[in-house]
Amino acid sequence: MRVLVVEDDRETAHFLQKALKESGHAADLAEDGETGLSLAEEAVYDVLIVDRMLPRLDGLSMIKQLRRKGVRTPVLILSALGEVDDRVKGLRAGGDDYLTKPYAYSELLARVEALARRAVPEEQETRYAVGGLVLDRLSHRVTRDGEPIQLQPREYRLLEYLMKHAGQVVTRTMLLEHVWDYHFDPQTNVIDVHVSRLRAKIDKNFEKPLLHTVRGAGYTIRDGPV
Amino acid sequence: MDLSSVIRRAVSTSAFRAAAVAVAAYLVCAGLVVGLLLWQTNRILTDQVLATLGAEAELLRAEAQRGGDPALVRAVEARSLPGSSGLYFLADASGKQLAGNLNRMPPELGAAGGVFRYAPDHATNAHLGVAIPVELGSGLRLIVGRDVEAQRRFADEMRTLYFVALGFLSFTGLLAGLVMSRLALKRIETINVTTRSIMDGDLSRRIAIVGTGDEFDVLAMNLNAMLDRIEALMNGLREVSDNIAHDLKTPLSRLRISAESALMDPRGAEAYREGLEHTIDKADELIKTFNALLLVARLEAGVLEENAEQFDPGRLVRDFAELYEPVAEERGMTLALDVAEGARLTANRQLVGQAVANLIDNAIKYSAKAKEPVIAIALHSDDEGVEIAVADHGPGIAAADRERVLKRFVRLEKSRTEPGTGLGLSLVQAVARLHGGAVRLEDNAPGLRVIVRIPKRPADR
Repeated sequence: MRVLVVEDDRETAHFLQKALKESGHAADLAEDGETGLSLAEEAVYDVLIVDRMLPRLDGLSMIKQLRRKGVRTPVLILSALGEVDDRVKGLRAGGDDYLTKPYAYSELLARVEALARRAVPEEQETRYAVGGLVLDRLSHRVTRDGEPIQLQPREYRLLEYLMKHAGQVVTRTMLLEHVWDYHFDPQTNVIDVHVSRLRAKIDKNFEKPLLHTVRGAGYTIRDGPV
Repeated sequence: MDLSSVIRRAVSTSAFRAAAVAVAAYLVCAGLVVGLLLWQTNRILTDQVLATLGAEAELLRAEAQRGGDPALVRAVEARSLPGSSGLYFLADASGKQLAGNLNRMPPELGAAGGVFRYAPDHATNAHLGVAIPVELGSGLRLIVGRDVEAQRRFADEMRTLYFVALGFLSFTGLLAGLVMSRLALKRIETINVTTRSIMDGDLSRRIAIVGTGDEFDVLAMNLNAMLDRIEALMNGLREVSDNIAHDLKTPLSRLRISAESALMDPRGAEAYREGLEHTIDKADELIKTFNALLLVARLEAGVLEENAEQFDPGRLVRDFAELYEPVAEERGMTLALDVAEGARLTANRQLVGQAVANLIDNAIKYSAKAKEPVIAIALHSDDEGVEIAVADHGPGIAAADRERVLKRFVRLEKSRTEPGTGLGLSLVQAVARLHGGAVRLEDNAPGLRVIVRIPKRPADR
């Protein structure tokens, strides 16, 4: 995956470049909004990571200009401004996701990978399959090795989101955002309990577990080792 | 302060200027009205005199035509009584007086008649007269006049009275203005003295209220209310900075200890890894506290309202009950829901959600060991607003502490061991206030019931 990091703080930018490289991705750097804009226009990136406060052209204006020029590359906005209305402004400007500083790298990586995944139009996928686990999006039915699994509506949506991002790490806040549609950091382990209930239904009577906990990051659903 | 400077200050006030303008305007109007009245009175009197003179001239002319000059002389003589107000002078062509009580032809009298001065026999000073010449056709010259001294005096007196009255009016008007501005100055001076001492740091001072309920009292009350608010904010700020110092110092020093002890650990690399992971966890806790603190501060500043949307608060409450239900169950608790259907509320959904989450989270945290492990979550809706109540059967909060726990960082002694930022209820309160609502803490006998009330907008009813 090729990522463009538009960030004026050198320390942060180099940390991101190094960390992304270690996670197996290529990252280019731009230190201001104008450079970021021209790079994003000419090269093909899978995801843009854009800081909100940038010299010469601020992050939101840069994203707006990109969108006006028809560049649809998914954008993750990074910002020290973390309130509800800042988030809404960021998404309105054309951003696809919003992460507040300071953030955990695992959270950033999970979101960047989830954004890259988005490039495939969601509507065209009617069926997700991982190992023997199949989720039919048309009939809302879930089976594992052909055996039907009964899920509550919320459990279904939880599984759907996890399976849509199969093989990728999904964090707790991402789950709260996409499955419950609330954007804040839950103080307690509410999400964990929901995930373990889901796990009990899909993994319990099978030899090979599919839903894994990724320590310090979140969860992933995959057929094979984490 | 000497008298001249007192007056100078009073004169420079807006109250005095307003009074002066009012007096001036009044004087101009009064002057115009009275002037017009005087002029009109004078004109009517003069017209009357002229009409009488005209009639008399006609009579005398008729006499002359009927009886010739001798008859005219007789008639004039008969009318010329000494001391009467009728004035006559009849002379021949050479100017020699033939009859009449005037001793000469008044030199200032024009061809069309007019006013003149003459010295009557019985009086010491000159009188004012009005006379018209009578056209006789013969060589004789006759004027007929009236003594108008009485009218003149009347007019003079009127004029004097008029000026005296105007003078008196301006004097009392300006004096009243001066007194008014002095009174205003005094009240404002009190306010100034108080505000200066407040600016010097004594935030507890308040402006005295006289009790008349006038605009100065209203001003003083508003200023006092503003000062109360400022003082509360200042105290809040002081309290918060004290609490930040206290509550953040502990995790910061723990963070430092975890890094330091990892460095000292003889196991080396493995211990470093553990130590760093531990340090990151501690840092995350700190960040969480800071974020919560910032959010509460921004909510209290009232800056997040623009993201209001209309939603079903019942669904929101059910969503959160569903979100927390497994956690509660894990701790052997149940959630009992009593949620009104189909209610509408326009508010910031994310913030209301966070408030509800905090309430349920608190209830689970503090009542896990209760005899009756049931948390009741209710949503009631009427035309005025929506009430969300979360009640547990935990230890509750003593009546004396209820007000206090809504403040930032306040954690009662027995709860200090539980994880949390100490900002949960402050956030709930800040969210309620941002939407014009309020938070109530009640005794659930046993336990605590927290009720959040958020008023509806007209579109929600």
